[in-house]
Parts: sequence; C-alpha cells; structure tokens
Amino acid sequence: MVAEAQVWEALEEIPDPEIPVVSLVDLGVIRSVDVANGHVRIEFTPTFLGCPALEFMKRAMEEKVAELGAEPEVQVISDDSWSTDRITPAGREKLRAAGFAPPAPREATAPKLVQLQSNAFRCPYCGSTETRLENIFGPTPCRSLRYCESCRQPFEQFKTI
Amino acid sequence: MNAQALLGLADDELVLGWRDSEWTGIAPMLEEDVAFSSIAQNEIGHARAVYSLLSDDPDALAFDRELEEYRCAPLVELHLLEWAHTIARRWLYEVADEIRITALKDDSDAAVAGLAAKIDREEAYHRMHAEMWHDRLRDEPRFRAAVEELWPYALGVLPAELRGELVARVGLDEVEAIERGTHTDELAPMWEEMTIVRRSAPSGAQW
Repeated sequence: MVAEAQVWEALEEIPDPEIPVVSLVDLGVIRSVDVANGHVRIEFTPTFLGCPALEFMKRAMEEKVAELGAEPEVQVISDDSWSTDRITPAGREKLRAAGFAPPAPREATAPKLVQLQSNAFRCPYCGSTETRLENIFGPTPCRSLRYCESCRQPFEQFKTI
Repeated sequence: MNAQALLGLADDELVLGWRDSEWTGIAPMLEEDVAFSSIAQNEIGHARAVYSLLSDDPDALAFDRELEEYRCAPLVELHLLEWAHTIARRWLYEVADEIRITALKDDSDAAVAGLAAKIDREEAYHRMHAEMWHDRLRDEPRFRAAVEELWPYALGVLPAELRGELVARVGLDEVEAIERGTHTDELAPMWEEMTIVRRSAPSGAQW
C-alpha cells in the first residue's frame, strides 16, 4: 500500500519545468494528497492559468504516482487558493540562490504599479534594494525584470500573485 | 452569470489574446514584445479556463464553432497594428474587464466566482501595464483620438447595467454602444487563420 508521505516524497522530485531548481512541492502548488485503496487523488493549483507547462506537470504527477504502483487522479483547481505566499521557505531560498528574487508577501489589496516602481525589492545577487523596474513582464508571465543599480546586474523578480 | 455571458467573456479573452499576440516579434520595443506576448498568453489561458467551465472539450469551443457562433465584443476583433490604437484598446478593455471580473467574483456559482478571483490576480499586472501606458500617452492627441474612436466599442464589452462605472472611470460621455452579437469584417480573416489546423485535420492533428 502506498502511504501519503511516499507520494509527497515522489512529488518533491518533480522539478518546475521552467525553473528546475524548485520542485512542485517547493512551489506550493500541490494543495492536497489523498490516498485511499491504492487510489491517489492530488489537488493541483496552477500558478498562472496560461502556464504552458500545466499539462506537462499534470502528466509528471500521474507518472510518479503510477511508479509507486497506485492509480493517479490529478484534479486541477482553478480558483485563487494558490498565491505566491504558498511557496515554501526552502523554495524561496532555492529561487534566490538561482538568481530569481522571491515574491514579496501578498497584501490585502492587489499589487500596484507604484509598488513595483519603488525600490523595495532586493537584488538576489548583492542584497541591495537599489533596484528598478525594467519591465512588468519577463520570460514567463510569473516574472518581472529588474535592474540592480548597486551591482549592475539585471535579474528576474517573481510577481506577487 | 449565464453560460452565454461566460462564453462572451471567454471569446473576448481568446480573440484579444490572438490580437495581442500579433505584436510578438514586431512590437516597437523589446519590452513591449515581451509584455504583449505574456499578456496574450494569460488571456488565452483565461479563455481556456472559462471554456473548461462550460465544456469538457475547451478546444472544441475555442476552434470548432462557426464564425457567427462566437460571442466576442467587436472591440477585440479589430485588427490594430498601430500603437496608439493598440494601447487605447488595451487600456479601455482592461478598465471594462476589471468591472466585469469584480462583479463575477460575487457570482452565486462558486466555481465561477473562484475562477474570477484567480483571473483577477493575473489581470492586476495587465492593468498596471495599461495604466503605465495611459499615464504616458494620456495627453497625446493621437492617443486621445484613438480612445474616442474606440469608445463605442468599449461600451459594448459590458452589459448595460455595468456601463455606468465604465463611463465614470473613462470620463467620456455615454454614447450608443457597438454591441456584441454582430461581427466586424475583421474577425473573418482571423477566424480563418485561428481555426485552420482544426478544420484541416478534423480527426485531430498529431504533433
């Protein structure tokens, strides 16, 4: 019989297809795992609805569960129960070490342009907050581009969602 | 919100996502190339999520309908490869869409309300982009003219009961709206291109 902890361990091995330094568990996109009679039900909350890796991640989870000898069922939950606040502390540290500035904590109201334009964001390379917004959008919808005035390094900032 | 109105919303996002993606590779600056590509990707993702609420086969809803069956607002159909008009449409659409999505977050159907809340979080960044450009261009005559030209189309994005807020936020007088239900001539060539793979391989294309 498969235990829930084994499923979590297996899911921990699935990298984010676009930022492979973090796993799906680090990203906090696995909302729940339920194991009953060899059947594993996973509730999965996508980061962005337009994420092209969604199907890929779903299949990767199904394959991992099948490798454990259980029957997978991955349910994609399209509500706002995921936010960047669900990225684990370990996940945030892995992002920072790879040069991606982790997202700022979510506030009660939606983020505003003036906040992005402020210098409250820390450079993942040198730690300075003397950084400016280059572009709200980046290589994927979940990231913005910033430039560090202190170490003169452009970097990717995770959006707060 | 009824299924027909949800279909209208999803069609708006699909068609506008397609139109926005037309800037990929040719935007006036690299930052905007990236921004328009990301925004387009999000909009098409929103369309997919809403189609998925309405059907088990979102691709069929997106690509297998006849032209007349699409419920999109004429605003999103326009083929605009001119920057002032493109930004005017983005700004007007985002203001209208925010009003619509905010209302939808209180929908009696929990699945609809939950999805609206998710969409709203992503749209916050589209609004920032539109706001940034609006702040920059608001006093430019060419931009003002584009906003005024597109204004009757923008009103047509929303049902009559939500238009008052759009009028207040945009600051123009209410005029007769160009309503959804009839298509502009500009949708047909886009529909041809958008659906050609599905129509040429009805049993499914393998990639």
